[in-house]
Amino acid sequence: MKNKSDFGKAFFQAFPRTIPVMAGYLVLGFGFGLLLQSKGYNFLWAVLMSVAIYGGSMQFIAVDLLSNGASFLAAGIMTLMIHARHLFYGLSMIGKYRGTGKGKPYLIYGLTDETYSLVCTGDVPEDVNRGAYYLWITLLNQCYWVAGSALGGIFGQIVKINTTGVDYAMTALFIVILTENLLKKESRIPALAGVFVSFVCLLIFGAEKFLIPSMLGISFVLMLLRPVLYKEGGGESYEHNA
Amino acid sequence: MSTMHSAGLIVVISLVTLLTRFLPFLVFRSEKKMPEAFRYLGGVLPGAIMGMLVVYCFKSTVITSWPFALPEVIATIVVVTLYLWKRNTLLSVAGGTILYMVLIQGVFV
Repeated sequence: MKNKSDFGKAFFQAFPRTIPVMAGYLVLGFGFGLLLQSKGYNFLWAVLMSVAIYGGSMQFIAVDLLSNGASFLAAGIMTLMIHARHLFYGLSMIGKYRGTGKGKPYLIYGLTDETYSLVCTGDVPEDVNRGAYYLWITLLNQCYWVAGSALGGIFGQIVKINTTGVDYAMTALFIVILTENLLKKESRIPALAGVFVSFVCLLIFGAEKFLIPSMLGISFVLMLLRPVLYKEGGGESYEHNA
Repeated sequence: MSTMHSAGLIVVISLVTLLTRFLPFLVFRSEKKMPEAFRYLGGVLPGAIMGMLVVYCFKSTVITSWPFALPEVIATIVVVTLYLWKRNTLLSVAGGTILYMVLIQGVFV
């Protein structure tokens, strides 16, 4: 950041573009906080997770991992698989985030799906400091997410509603993303493979033990499908399916 | 679960997340340097893992006795239909969740 006015100007460019994300993050974050509260973790846990992890799908899964007392190994592998896409986001951001100054580590840390899509699509206005602009986008988005999850936790604590079934919010979110993937030609086969392999593993290994075999099985099947998938979608198309 | 174990899980998840986010910037630096298999898996894994997560969500659903997973089936049909109709993630998630809560709290008790 060269000076304060640069930073201020970038805010007014960045803020309007984050408004669509604001709605999504407040609502989904709220659902996350509420769900976590229903498992006996108050809003401070929600805030801690939204700051330390900051990834929507993973945090929903983490609620389950926490309340079931998953092993560190299982949690680590799960995180690696769910966040494998970040390897990609990062790759396509290497050029864009070059020379963004002291805020760069934060930009990398805060690169979620939604931030990625905002940073990728919007052109930075000519007279605005690029680093400051990206920083505002990233920071504002995380603020929405943290605020949403805190509000959800507090709401769950104060308003004593029967939250039985609120777990379904996670299921619904994943079903929507799966539907999206099934609608896209290039991600249809991977999505079906994921459902099929994990269903078979669930039948063989049972509900408590099927995750690790599923993740290994999915990686194996995907490697086998590599020639087919490359022919179908073209290797390149995978780089832009954020 | 113990507070310590929960905190430990958050640390593990957070560290692995940081790893996936920083690795491309620290190690590969350009697309050419990333091994081909990594690039391929980074592209196809997310879709496949989402399939697994849906199975994961239903892992404890009982289909052999009353209510035969009817609340899950109904809510899921509504989530997908709403999404195909309006293409609005929030609407589908909120609508499906509220419906599911009503179903298990008030209808299929």
